[in-house]
Amino acid sequence: MSTIGLSSASVPAVRSPRNRMSPVVMLSAGFLLVVVLVALLADWLAPLPYTAQNLAARLKPPMTQAGGTTYWLGTDQLGRDILSRMIFAVRTSILIAVMGTLIGAIFGTMLGFIAARLRGLTDQAIMMLVDAQAAIPALFLALTMLAFFGNNIVLFIILVSIDGWDRYTRLARGLVVSEQESDYINAVEALGAGPSRIILRHLLPNIAAALVVQATLNFPGTILLETSLSFLGLGVQPPGTSLGLMLGEGRRYLLNAWWIAVFPGLTIFLTTLSMSLFGDWLRDRFDPTSERH
Amino acid sequence: MFLFLALRSLRALLTVAICVSAVFVALRLAGDPAEIMLPSDTPPDVRAYYREAWGLDRPLVEQYLRYIASAVRGDFGLSFADDRPAFAAVIEALPKTFLLGSSALMLALLVGLPLGILAALRHNRAADRLAMAVAVFGYAIPVFFLGILLILLFALKLRVLPSAGSESLWHLILPTVTLGLPLAGRLARFARTATLEVLGKPYIRAARGRGVMPLAVIIRHALPNAAVPLLMFIGIEIGHILAGSAVVETIFAWPGIGRLLVDSVSTRDLAVVQAVIFTVTIIMVGANLLVDIVHILIDPRLGGFSRALGKQA
Repeated sequence: MSTIGLSSASVPAVRSPRNRMSPVVMLSAGFLLVVVLVALLADWLAPLPYTAQNLAARLKPPMTQAGGTTYWLGTDQLGRDILSRMIFAVRTSILIAVMGTLIGAIFGTMLGFIAARLRGLTDQAIMMLVDAQAAIPALFLALTMLAFFGNNIVLFIILVSIDGWDRYTRLARGLVVSEQESDYINAVEALGAGPSRIILRHLLPNIAAALVVQATLNFPGTILLETSLSFLGLGVQPPGTSLGLMLGEGRRYLLNAWWIAVFPGLTIFLTTLSMSLFGDWLRDRFDPTSERH
Repeated sequence: MFLFLALRSLRALLTVAICVSAVFVALRLAGDPAEIMLPSDTPPDVRAYYREAWGLDRPLVEQYLRYIASAVRGDFGLSFADDRPAFAAVIEALPKTFLLGSSALMLALLVGLPLGILAALRHNRAADRLAMAVAVFGYAIPVFFLGILLILLFALKLRVLPSAGSESLWHLILPTVTLGLPLAGRLARFARTATLEVLGKPYIRAARGRGVMPLAVIIRHALPNAAVPLLMFIGIEIGHILAGSAVVETIFAWPGIGRLLVDSVSTRDLAVVQAVIFTVTIIMVGANLLVDIVHILIDPRLGGFSRALGKQA
């Protein structure tokens, strides 16, 4: 980067458009920031409690004024404020997706490290598990577990983390295997560094960028897994609320009250879209192993 | 090569075995199968009868072997819903999912592939950006939201297409679009990357240098070389199609295995759940095995037909 000034005369500055955020990426990042803020500040932002019913104001369209309150995004079949419910639904959905992503990333990466460091039979066994996971779609596996164990929130978060742990394992294993061959690791090893020092001080920081990019690219899938399950009525249960659950409930009132389903759906869509665009930019920017076209 | 095929098949078989074993372990971890599988109002003597019939009083190893043996025979017990073998329900629903999945894949190939190739040929120009914007929308939109928007527009407002059931071909349209559009988006992106990669190869640049038209270069040189990655892509996407089918079939009341699974999870009809997950595993592993075999056959570097032909020539 520091040589750009010297070489710019002969070589066009290839790297600068790659680093600069395009307006679309900036918009995506901005939207994600808003989503995170809404999730954090839900208690202060919501105009009404999200479970407060007003049976006199059921299925009211957006911008309805009733009993001294304005229902900006309308009300649902029980007269609950859609905006307030959505704010809390964003909190639930984001919280579950973030926790699911963290659990999946940590578990998957650890397995990848174990496979790459120990090799041999352990490696084979772990990769076999990865293959088995890849053989069943995450949604199907999650549904099966819900059928066996019944629904509870802890199990549900673990199930959401199913989506993608195998990708972290594959990625971490591949990167560590190739890094281990490199000269600097050999040098550090020759200097007498132990395994934990090599892993924590050298291997992990060197592959961290790729892992973070993977987590970002995986995040939309995790949100979709949670919202899909909740949409099917098998995830977050009432009186709790999630974007998928709202959409699933609103489905029954589509003809008369489209707003119940459309606003939460739009929120999920914009969140996953922004995350994909932002993740793509992050990969181009920070992952040296990716190729840009 | 035959050794490789044999090893690969063995590995596929092993993957299925691991999945089936994992289901067994999960089921036993979840508690007493007699408690979970039978309705909660089952009298104790009936419960005891089933416990003996299912061999739950035997040692765990014997239970496991019996489980594997009956899984191989496709015997997962009776469905609560209609008292028939669970596997029969799956076999009945399978063609419907196959029809929906293949029509969605067809739509994706017809829309996504040309879009991606066009984008690559117009690299970094307006057409490229437009095509990629459409593709990103296509794959970022959740299938359940897309399905609901399509129902809202075509079934409720315009009233031109049915929103539920599977009686006619008209019923196939909305589910196909819902399942196929995200697929088309991913395929377009993939096709663009693959084409750009091939276009950068020396032999393509040489062909272009000789004055061959870009489209002819694509058809004569790029497409045959993109066949392998495309095949791998479809192999991966089969998982997405199946996962999507669970949601899409539920929205459109399409009687396939996705809807069957969701319904039986809701009613905790565990025999059917196991039969579905076993079938899905077989399909996924079988599809990936098939992709690998075809890959070996058509990629000359891996020593298939082409290498054999090359030696004769």
